[in-house]
Amino acid sequence: MFEIKEKRYLNPTVVYMAIDAPLIAKKAQPGQFVILRVSDTGERIPLTVADYDAAAGTVSIIFQVVGSTTEQLAHMQVGDALHDFVGPLGKPTHTDGLHRVAVVGGGVGCAIAYPVAKKLSSLGCEVHSIIGFREKDLVILEDEFRAVSRKTFLMTDDGSAGEKGLVTDALRRLLEGGETYDEVITIGPLPMMKFVCLLTREFGVKTIASMNPIMIDGTGMCGGCRLSVGGKTVFACVDGPEFDGHEIDFDECMARSTMYAPFERERREETCRLFREDQ
Amino acid sequence: MPNMTPKKYPMPTQAPEVRAHNFEEVTLGYTPETAIAEAQRCLHCKTRPCVSGCPVRIAIPDFIEKVAAGDFAAAYEIITRSSSLPAVCGRVCPQENQCEGKCVRGIKGEPVAIGRLERFVADWHRANVKTQPEKPRPNGHKVAVVGSGPAGLACAGDLAKRGYAVTVFEALHTPGGVLVYGIPEFRLPKAIVAAEIENLRALGVEIATNMVIGRVLTVDELMGDMGFEAVFIGSGAGLPRFMGIPGENLKGVYSANEYLTRSNLMKAYLPTSETPIMHAKRVAVVGGGNVAMDAARTALRLGAEKVYIVYRRSMEELPARREEVEHAEEEGVEFRLLTNPVAIHGYRNPDDRRDPKNGFVTGIECVGMELGEPDESGRRRPREIPGSEHTLEVDAVVMAIGTSPNPLMKQTTEGLEVNRHGGIVVEEATGLTSRPGVFAGGDAVTGAATVILAMGAGKTAADAIDAYIMGDK
Repeated sequence: MFEIKEKRYLNPTVVYMAIDAPLIAKKAQPGQFVILRVSDTGERIPLTVADYDAAAGTVSIIFQVVGSTTEQLAHMQVGDALHDFVGPLGKPTHTDGLHRVAVVGGGVGCAIAYPVAKKLSSLGCEVHSIIGFREKDLVILEDEFRAVSRKTFLMTDDGSAGEKGLVTDALRRLLEGGETYDEVITIGPLPMMKFVCLLTREFGVKTIASMNPIMIDGTGMCGGCRLSVGGKTVFACVDGPEFDGHEIDFDECMARSTMYAPFERERREETCRLFREDQ
Repeated sequence: MPNMTPKKYPMPTQAPEVRAHNFEEVTLGYTPETAIAEAQRCLHCKTRPCVSGCPVRIAIPDFIEKVAAGDFAAAYEIITRSSSLPAVCGRVCPQENQCEGKCVRGIKGEPVAIGRLERFVADWHRANVKTQPEKPRPNGHKVAVVGSGPAGLACAGDLAKRGYAVTVFEALHTPGGVLVYGIPEFRLPKAIVAAEIENLRALGVEIATNMVIGRVLTVDELMGDMGFEAVFIGSGAGLPRFMGIPGENLKGVYSANEYLTRSNLMKAYLPTSETPIMHAKRVAVVGGGNVAMDAARTALRLGAEKVYIVYRRSMEELPARREEVEHAEEEGVEFRLLTNPVAIHGYRNPDDRRDPKNGFVTGIECVGMELGEPDESGRRRPREIPGSEHTLEVDAVVMAIGTSPNPLMKQTTEGLEVNRHGGIVVEEATGLTSRPGVFAGGDAVTGAATVILAMGAGKTAADAIDAYIMGDK
């Protein structure tokens, strides 16, 4: 069993948890993910590692409440234990030889972008961070990003915090202004990553996107997480989760991500109802 | 006097029209009376060809003799000298190509139903004998086993019986490997797998779930600070293959591994499960092996009205066990033989990008095949018949065309040699890999094969590991 050591809300729907998992904490690197189950009838869900502390033996996750499992997870408290927690899975973010990088995060994806920015910064890389949210109340990790980035741009859809606009607006301005990057790393909703990649393709800047498709085992066994990269079928769990953004078929990924949408909606409503009845 | 009935006593089964809609076990097992009568069909011939047909060399005529005498406990003792998983093998072995294929009674009539008798003995033991096996005296040596499928469990069991402290590392949350994620409940009830694993635990085997070796710990760490003197890799044939035809990433296209994992391991067929699975009305399963049969019959049980097996060769070449093919046919699965998929088609509403039906499978386009000259495998090579294109209307497609070994062990274990198919290279007689002290067996070596061959490889490696460690001194 994997005990929850810390829990806090970063915004009304995004939760931070540190989980007791000493073996994984020793091995985890930015870009990798874990798979967890809340209970013994629970589904397996992948979550990217948000942070890790080998000394404390904890692995941190940050998740948005979007479905039944994340709803149940959000109701768990410090001292409760997850039924299963396995990792670290996938390949770590490639950070060697990078000197100037723009990190572009959207929504809860910023939770995953942050450790990447932090690692790059610690390696002496110049990091420009562009983080986007719908509105002020949803902003997370702004101070953390500012601490590890030479420049940080906060964007909101409605202008209630930072600047009004999309992350691509800020990135376009930087690229048009003559900024050059060894790489752009983008993590966030599929449509956002798609448009970041379209933009950087225009400027010929290599771009890495972190993918989080539907997954079951996370070890390459089921192929459910497959996507097309450069016309070839690859598995996010073992070949990724990061891929060359200019080669990813984002439209196909978006379609595949909705495979179980009606089931997931129903399950979530049911879970919410159960929690309401409990109260 | 042996019982000269030319045919096997039939196996009682659930009626096809009933069982096609539930996940209960299809075959119900012999009664003690039937088992004794069937056992009396054995001629106890001197040459014992059945034993040579068994990959783990069970003393078949000896256990059958005990069954015939009604001494089921003694029969169980004889079987378990050679097999760690009798209740499993009695159900899933391809006996027609192994023990029963060699049985003298099969020359005129049907062979002795060795598989059914093995299963009977194991089931009788589970139901009637409650004592746990005794824990052997520890010999002070530690061995790690990677993967808790049939190869790993067989290896672990044999080593534990000799006093080794064995830890089995399993990547998933439940031990059993393909026995729990792959083979469906209606063919191999999970309670039976769990009971076999409990027997191993009683022998002192430790099972560590949620441990992906190669990621959380490497083979070098196991053999370094952690003090394991040898490692057995039985990590299976993980990666599913796809055909590479257009439309394979549409919604509703599954690998058999995904489809079966959702249903078996994650119990998506139960309303209590949080894991979704598509309840398709019309399903095409591509492939002709046992996995294809399992997927097709799972689809029926999940409510499909029409299920096709699409296989590019003929019934003669179809590799599944006979019993599975017969059961699938009885349950209403339609076999489209000499048929090969060329594309999968999906729904697209040109006027509405947000139509929820967009991107879901609508059909599978196939071409008719004929058999030409034999290829390197000895099977006649199928070739397309021009102009025979046709489309089967389906809303789900399951690709059951095989798997490749999981590359994780190779990627994370320096000096571990693999062949061009990704299988770990081993010395056949011992299972020794290119790394001293590291052994391997099962699908990780051979590519997808059978439960019993994997078990056999696990046992071979257990002998070699014992010799390797004891020879060290």
